Amino acid sequence: MSAQRRAAALLALLAAALLALPLVANAYLLSVATLILFFAFSGQAWNVMMGFAGQLSLGHSLYVGLGAYAAAGLFFHFGIGPWAGIWLAIAVCVAAGAAIGFLAFRFGISGVYFALLTIAFAEFTRIGFDHIGWLGGPGGLFIKVEQRQAADLLNLRGPPVMFYYVMLALAAGAFALCAWLLRSRAGYYWQAIRENEEAAQALGINTFRWKMLAVVISAAMTSFSGVFFAFYYNNLFPETIFHISRSIEIILGPIIGGIGTLFGPILGAAVLTILADSITDLLAAVGLEFPGVKQVFYGVVLLLVVMFLPHGIWPALARRLGLDRKS
Amino acid sequence: MAVDLVVNVALAGVLTGLVYGLMALGLSVIFGVVRVVNFAHGEMMTVAMYAAVGLFTAFKLDPFLSVIPVAAAFFVLGYLLQTGLINPFITRPEHSQFMLLVAIAIIVVNGLLMAFGPDARNVQVDYQLESWAAGPILFDKARVYAAGVAILASGALFAFFRYTRTGKAIRACADNYLGAKVVGLDVKHYYALTFGLGSACVAVAGCMLILLVDVTPSLGPSYTLLAFVIVIVGGLGSMGGALLGGVLIGLSEAMAGLFIQPSAKSMFSFALLILVLLFRPQGLMGRRP
Amino acid sequence: MALLEIRSLGKSFRGLRAVADASLEVPEGGLVALIGPNGAGKTTIFNMAAGVYAPDEGQILFSGRRIDGLRPDQICAAGIGRTFQIVKPFAGLSVLDNVIVGALRRAPSVPRARELALGILGRLDLAAKKDLPASSLTLPDRKRLEVARALATGPRLLLLDEVMAGLRPTECDQMVEVFRELNRGGLTILLIEHVMRAVMALARQVVVLHHGEIIARGAPAEVVRDPAVLECYLGEDAAI
Repeated sequence: MSAQRRAAALLALLAAALLALPLVANAYLLSVATLILFFAFSGQAWNVMMGFAGQLSLGHSLYVGLGAYAAAGLFFHFGIGPWAGIWLAIAVCVAAGAAIGFLAFRFGISGVYFALLTIAFAEFTRIGFDHIGWLGGPGGLFIKVEQRQAADLLNLRGPPVMFYYVMLALAAGAFALCAWLLRSRAGYYWQAIRENEEAAQALGINTFRWKMLAVVISAAMTSFSGVFFAFYYNNLFPETIFHISRSIEIILGPIIGGIGTLFGPILGAAVLTILADSITDLLAAVGLEFPGVKQVFYGVVLLLVVMFLPHGIWPALARRLGLDRKS
Repeated sequence: MAVDLVVNVALAGVLTGLVYGLMALGLSVIFGVVRVVNFAHGEMMTVAMYAAVGLFTAFKLDPFLSVIPVAAAFFVLGYLLQTGLINPFITRPEHSQFMLLVAIAIIVVNGLLMAFGPDARNVQVDYQLESWAAGPILFDKARVYAAGVAILASGALFAFFRYTRTGKAIRACADNYLGAKVVGLDVKHYYALTFGLGSACVAVAGCMLILLVDVTPSLGPSYTLLAFVIVIVGGLGSMGGALLGGVLIGLSEAMAGLFIQPSAKSMFSFALLILVLLFRPQGLMGRRP
Repeated sequence: MALLEIRSLGKSFRGLRAVADASLEVPEGGLVALIGPNGAGKTTIFNMAAGVYAPDEGQILFSGRRIDGLRPDQICAAGIGRTFQIVKPFAGLSVLDNVIVGALRRAPSVPRARELALGILGRLDLAAKKDLPASSLTLPDRKRLEVARALATGPRLLLLDEVMAGLRPTECDQMVEVFRELNRGGLTILLIEHVMRAVMALARQVVVLHHGEIIARGAPAEVVRDPAVLECYLGEDAAI
């Protein structure tokens, strides 16, 4: 079987498994799966900026938070559902991303300085939102939780199964979008910019415009994460949602799975979440319950991956599975 | 608002700022020479603070005395960290090294959380409550001592780089990696030495800061960012710039806390960082990269 | 009207005069070499033509239109391609993908760009290596890739910056043949070169730069006998 056939077959298998999961999974497993998909989606969105265009953002929590607050605020104050609220969320995130991108690229800020800039914006917003009383301030914004048996897709109120399928649809959509982007002109241009920006310019690529596009698309995609987060957890605190730990959680999946690849973010999110939960369960079973164990675990995995598998787990795995063929 | 209140707050800000400056000096030295973005800088400071707490709790050791063992330990740890973990990865792309230190930062912060729990810890010494009065102006003893140590440590570091052979060798490595190797300098050893020195600075700063501030594990990331703000505002590669930046940030935080709202003070620092990155990336006293 | 006209170009870097009052013309279909000792200002002129910096004085016209001060990508859009002295391949991409990036400049879609790219790889004898990662190529092949990529953008003028550096004589001759053929096909070429073997074999006109000023121009055979040129390369005594 050719590499491409094999890849398609595995993909189909994975899709079938994911679709059928709720039939066999208990509530806990379902929530873990939903979380994995959440990070797979967010990681995929971040990957567009970093893996494709080579711009390291360590402040992606900004877009999660802005998206969440935009949609939640509309619902809380005006009863406007998430399907309408998403438009405001996207608009706000696009504006924020465009602002950061414009400032950074116009002034020639790149690499580590760019990363610091993104952190600064996220932190600035985190503290700023603590002072927005209209959105709950530091005390948080709470959306009424209604236990409905039937799924109200319009308002995203319903059983966990509904949320699982919504997240699955989002993750699948992100995957498809990124696959399409990678093979398009955008994909080629972004990779060229990532590899060598000067050479890319000499080939007629307006690097400013394309970098902006990557930032804006990444921000817009991440806004969906925010909206989902708001309606899934039903509470928002500036301190947690804009926190730098959120940004780091988002990037762990792609870095461990493989930056710039399509399967990297998904694989990374799965590996990390499953292992982390297993470790905490294991330790709890032995009677060791510590706050922070999961994060230490994340840190160790990140360390090991950066040291020994700098391209992430996916490229090595793909080779093993006989899937690797430059597409 | 009463003038003497403003002056006292400003004074406290400047003195605290000098300690921040020492912390940032460690980062500037590391970043300036080894070119590694030490994302675990604030976390190291937090560990130093906990070390001081530990020594105080166990042996009633005043932080001013703890400085010596803690700084020595940090020097060794820094040296080992550079040799073992960072030097082997020097040829890797920038973001790889960055992520390495992010990983270490995560491990340290949460390790501290596991070990000490989330509650704030501090040291209690008599002179923390005493101050000298010059009319309406109050000089908190603890703050003055801490700032004094910060100045001394900075001066010592400056003298080291200016006048000693090793110091000059390190500056050579910073200026020209290849050139330094060509003349036979063991660059990797000097890099490790520099990381050790930078870590020792952080250790001293931490022992001083515990007199002024309570420590929790979550301080780590905030101080990392603060250190970067100071170094970038003050200017990369400039030791004087680090101290100046520290004082400026300390002062502005204190003023922002007084005039706006205490919780908003770091917003000001971040806004400053953004402005400096955009309009004067070499900082106030740095050279253009 | 010449394809590329450089008029009284001047550029200083922090007080150091790199280029002073340089003027030259490259006719359509021409093959001009820019030579001179190191530090003469050749790459500076190139970089101004390629949009890397704007000149302090003077103008650059391409097909009668002013292009000085434009961005590098705008210069490429105008029809000028360039290679770099130190090659800059897209290391993580395959050879074919590298050229596709260039071809996308004039192809409306990726499949069409791929066709164009394959054609160009064939002309530059890189077709067999199209799926290899660019980072695995030898130096001569990297240089070919650099040229292929620039060609893919469909330029009317190609700027070659010391493309022969580091090549062995046979490899150098092969490259010379490639450029001769491209030039016969209508491509105008302006090259900076130190390797005299290539300059003598390729150029129809040679311009000599020294301390930022043009000191001689003409056919290759004349220029190498010019006393001013001999003096700047070999010292005062050589001119006698």
